[in-house]
Amino acid sequence: MSGANDPYDPKEVAALSAEHLDAAVQKAREAFAGAADLEALASVKPGHLGDRSPVLLARREIGALPPKAKAEAGKRVNEAQSAIKTAFDERHAVLQVERDERVLREESVDVTLPWDRFPRGARHPITTLAERIGDVFVAMGYEIAEGPELETEWFNFDALNFGKDHPARSMQDTFYIAPSDSALVLRTHTSPVQARTLLDRELPVYVVCPGRTFRTDELDATHTPVFHQVEGLAVDKGLTMGHLKGTLDAFARSMFGEDSKTRLRPSFFPFTEPSAEVDVWFPEKKGGAGWVEWGGCGMVNPNVLRACGVDPDVYSGFAFGMGLERTLQFRNGLPDMRDMVEGDVRFTQPFGTEA
Amino acid sequence: MRVPVSWLVEHLGFDEVPTPDELAEAFTRIGIEVEEVSPLGPVTGPIVAGRVVAIEELTEFKKPIRYCQVEVGPEQVNNIICGATNFVEGDSVVVALPGAVLPGEFTIAERKTYGRVSQGMICAADELGIGDDHSGILVLPTGTAQPGDDAMELLGLNDSVIELAPTPDRGYAFSVRGLAREIACALDVPFGDPGVIEIPEPEGEAWPVHIEDRTGCSRFVARRVTGVDPTAPTPWWMRRRLMLAGMRSISLPVDVTNYVMLELGQPLHAFDASSLSGALTVRRALAGEKLTTLDDSVRALDTDDIVISDDSGVISLAGVMGGASTEVQDTSSDILLEAANWDPASIARTVRRHKLPSEAAKRFERTVDPALAPVALERAAKLLNHYAEGQIKPGRTDVGVPALPEPVSMPIDLPDRIAGVRYARGVTARRLGQIGCQVSVTTSEEGQTIVTAVPPTWRADLVQPADLVEEVLRLEGYDTIPSVLPPAPAGRGLTEQQRRRRTVWRTLAEAGFVEVKPFPFIDPSVFDAFGLAEDDVRRNTVGVLNPLEADKNVLATTLLPGLLETLQRNLARGAKDVALYNIAQVTLPRAQQVPVPSLGVDRRPTEAEVASMLAALPQQPLHVAGVLTGHRELAGWWGKGRIADWSDAVEAARRVGQAYGVQLRVVASDLLPWHPGRCAELRVGDWPVGHAGELHPKVIEALGLPKRTVAFELDLDALPLDDRRPAPMVSPYPPVLLDVALVVDAGVPVQSVSEVLGGSAGELLEDIRLFDVYTGEQVGEGKKSLAYSLRFRAPDRTLTVEEATNARDTAVAAAAERLGAALRA
Repeated sequence: MSGANDPYDPKEVAALSAEHLDAAVQKAREAFAGAADLEALASVKPGHLGDRSPVLLARREIGALPPKAKAEAGKRVNEAQSAIKTAFDERHAVLQVERDERVLREESVDVTLPWDRFPRGARHPITTLAERIGDVFVAMGYEIAEGPELETEWFNFDALNFGKDHPARSMQDTFYIAPSDSALVLRTHTSPVQARTLLDRELPVYVVCPGRTFRTDELDATHTPVFHQVEGLAVDKGLTMGHLKGTLDAFARSMFGEDSKTRLRPSFFPFTEPSAEVDVWFPEKKGGAGWVEWGGCGMVNPNVLRACGVDPDVYSGFAFGMGLERTLQFRNGLPDMRDMVEGDVRFTQPFGTEA
Repeated sequence: MRVPVSWLVEHLGFDEVPTPDELAEAFTRIGIEVEEVSPLGPVTGPIVAGRVVAIEELTEFKKPIRYCQVEVGPEQVNNIICGATNFVEGDSVVVALPGAVLPGEFTIAERKTYGRVSQGMICAADELGIGDDHSGILVLPTGTAQPGDDAMELLGLNDSVIELAPTPDRGYAFSVRGLAREIACALDVPFGDPGVIEIPEPEGEAWPVHIEDRTGCSRFVARRVTGVDPTAPTPWWMRRRLMLAGMRSISLPVDVTNYVMLELGQPLHAFDASSLSGALTVRRALAGEKLTTLDDSVRALDTDDIVISDDSGVISLAGVMGGASTEVQDTSSDILLEAANWDPASIARTVRRHKLPSEAAKRFERTVDPALAPVALERAAKLLNHYAEGQIKPGRTDVGVPALPEPVSMPIDLPDRIAGVRYARGVTARRLGQIGCQVSVTTSEEGQTIVTAVPPTWRADLVQPADLVEEVLRLEGYDTIPSVLPPAPAGRGLTEQQRRRRTVWRTLAEAGFVEVKPFPFIDPSVFDAFGLAEDDVRRNTVGVLNPLEADKNVLATTLLPGLLETLQRNLARGAKDVALYNIAQVTLPRAQQVPVPSLGVDRRPTEAEVASMLAALPQQPLHVAGVLTGHRELAGWWGKGRIADWSDAVEAARRVGQAYGVQLRVVASDLLPWHPGRCAELRVGDWPVGHAGELHPKVIEALGLPKRTVAFELDLDALPLDDRRPAPMVSPYPPVLLDVALVVDAGVPVQSVSEVLGGSAGELLEDIRLFDVYTGEQVGEGKKSLAYSLRFRAPDRTLTVEEATNARDTAVAAAAERLGAALRA
């Protein structure tokens, strides 16, 4: 034991000896390296960095050293403590990475498990097609017009220049509404919206009208008694058949691609004169690109303008109409129109909400 | 209309006859629709005329078989087996000799059949590729050919038939004459009009005729031919043409009337003059009159039917079908030929009424050239004279004054302005002249050049400038019209309503519903299955006079019947978990049905007239409806899933409301076909707009639906277009979250509690959410506990818990006072 005034030699204080400190560092390193995981590392930590660890016990001895020895011993203890701390931190970092990796590995799942928790919904492709056509024309400055499906004969026939007993009236096999003198029908085409539009709106008008229409055709692969048409009508000063052609060509391109175009063949409709059938060039036609019958069109018959109070000497107009089921049928290569009306979810689901 | 190319080009001055496909192309280009181009044959190898020398009937077979000796050339007789029996010894027939190949690559060879050696085949018309007549073998008129003559030439097999479907405005095109003229215009070739022949001056009347109804009959012409040899056969060339046009040869007089109709477009009728008694009268039928028509049907006549009568009564349904009593018989030698112009509208009505479409009526409905009657009669009479030695009597009856087309004038550049094309000078006048108009060009007082066209008699369809414009444009070719987009107007885009409807459409699809489009036709008995009371408003339907399915004869007042039927179809096809929706108009009769006013089309109807017309239409609001059955969330590796229940229907309905921009309120209701305890009425404010919930078990049983099927239906048009423009102020300060559990009587609707709590908590309340409902011992019988979490927040400061607690307590106090709610211990 040393007396109070004896000058201590640090070398004689065993705990502060370089050998002792080095051994403590070495032991700590071995203990940390031997810790297999963060928990084990935490459990060995107090023995090497805690209050009772060799290095901290050694530090307590410094106060008793002579002043000139203090600095040297202090430095040695600091270095040892720092070395142990570094060893701990390094091991801790390694184990932490190992632990994180293991946790992520253990949490992994089979992401190929089916995820169809909620049955899929879908819009009917006719709805989507009608909307799409509407958008094409809205982009050209048109507006979307509407009208009722149960219509007066005046709107469906008379105003459209169908004479009372004209064969064209029986051409469109009509559902009549009871009683027999009701003068009401289920509209055979969307064309009554032409007359409604001209009576309703300020000139000029540029409208399209997608809608449901009815004819007494038996349901088969290419006919359905309830079907959809889209009607287009433009009445303005100076409209020509060239404008009609240009509009139809733009319509065709938007529906069938940039290479598409239309061809007009002279025909007859009471509400247009001149009238034409519209064929469309369909690049993806089955069996090779070709013309497909698409709809009817023409310059609005002056009689129709007159019945709606529009002066045919000042205004001219064009109109066109296409069947949506037919369009969808050849555009998508659908073999049987019955699928469009029967409502089997297996038919509609693949179309999703925007197909 | 089917027309052989050889007949068509007979009237055209081609240097080189175009191919059938070129002709078809020309027809298409000018607007006569081509349905089919059918080349005759093909037939190759030896086909000859033959004479039947001897017939041996073989009786040992199940059907009659003939073993014939047929002279097929000088000193050459072949033995041929034949299954037909419509010929006798001495008849002239067509024989395909061994080596011939008939249509369908049918090769004829000498072969043993029915125990004999057959050296060729006696042919029927269809076997040769001429028409589709297989009623027996083709027997040629005596003297048409000698045995051994090449039959290819004789049958005209190097020919094609073009089938055309002229539009209903072009009545003239239902004739070879009209079609040849169209080709002449399309291809700019000379045209020899078969309608221009010399008509001799008559001496007196052919038969006394009186027209009582000048509207029904504008002209009636008759000519009499006597001494007609009733045994005279129809010449082969005429039979061939009739056959190729799709008509059957009957007898010479009938064949002649049909032939002239096909050639000129004027339907004719041949009466057996010896069966007529007294003068003919043209009039409308009298009530109760009957007529036995040529097809041996007894027809009850309508007072709108135009008829021809004699002293014996009605003898012909004018323009549609002749009567049996005055029909030309195979002994008739005294023939009265009739050609008339009947009112197209009346004919159309008679055809519809008696369901009697005929070749004659088809032409009369589309207007027959009023100048043609005497021409057609002369042509027919001459044919009877030539082929049956008939004596044409010098008299001709011609009564009535047909209306002739009126001149039409227009600025000469109107076609250019309508087409958007600058046509070459003179085109308009030239084209109008080409179709038969008398054209004159003048200058108006304003200095405008005016073209005036007097349409030819066969063009009753040319009545206004637009009609002339179409003629110029179609003959110049629609392919010369440029493609130009009109200058774009400034559109306003979709309306608010259209945009919101689209959102609804998408929302339901995104929510897992599949859109279907059932027909609006329903069987009213479905309302019995729905259990609806007799006076339920949904039974008040609009009926369809001519439904495709007899029992589905009314228009839907609700979308549910169509949806449930579609649901059943899917289930029958094996689907289990199905959610369907439909957005469509329903038809609701008005309480006071007013008649549709009768309006003309010569002017714009007045506002009042339009209003009264619209008031006569049933209301047709747009509805949205959905049905669900099976899993709403599917079972899978994640768990059992969840079966759809009433709340899914209510949720879907409310989502529709949200998509439309409206918060729908829910009130308990009991409306069939819903379950009385599981039916929600959806309201906008206090205004009901639809229902949702589980279907009534009885309805489910009656319709054979899966248990617990749920449904909703809303009137989309009843949803208001809320034009509110949200301007939310988002507070950056922290919220105070407080929970509260209230005990209320089990019968108190949750929505009331939520409304009172939410409405009484003051402006600091940011959100309120029910997170639990508890019933059981802890709250006592007849009670339920509702647990809410409330989120409070101040816009301008950090809210203290004390402030939030005060606000909550105020709300709880209100619920206690108004609903008897107690704070759960």
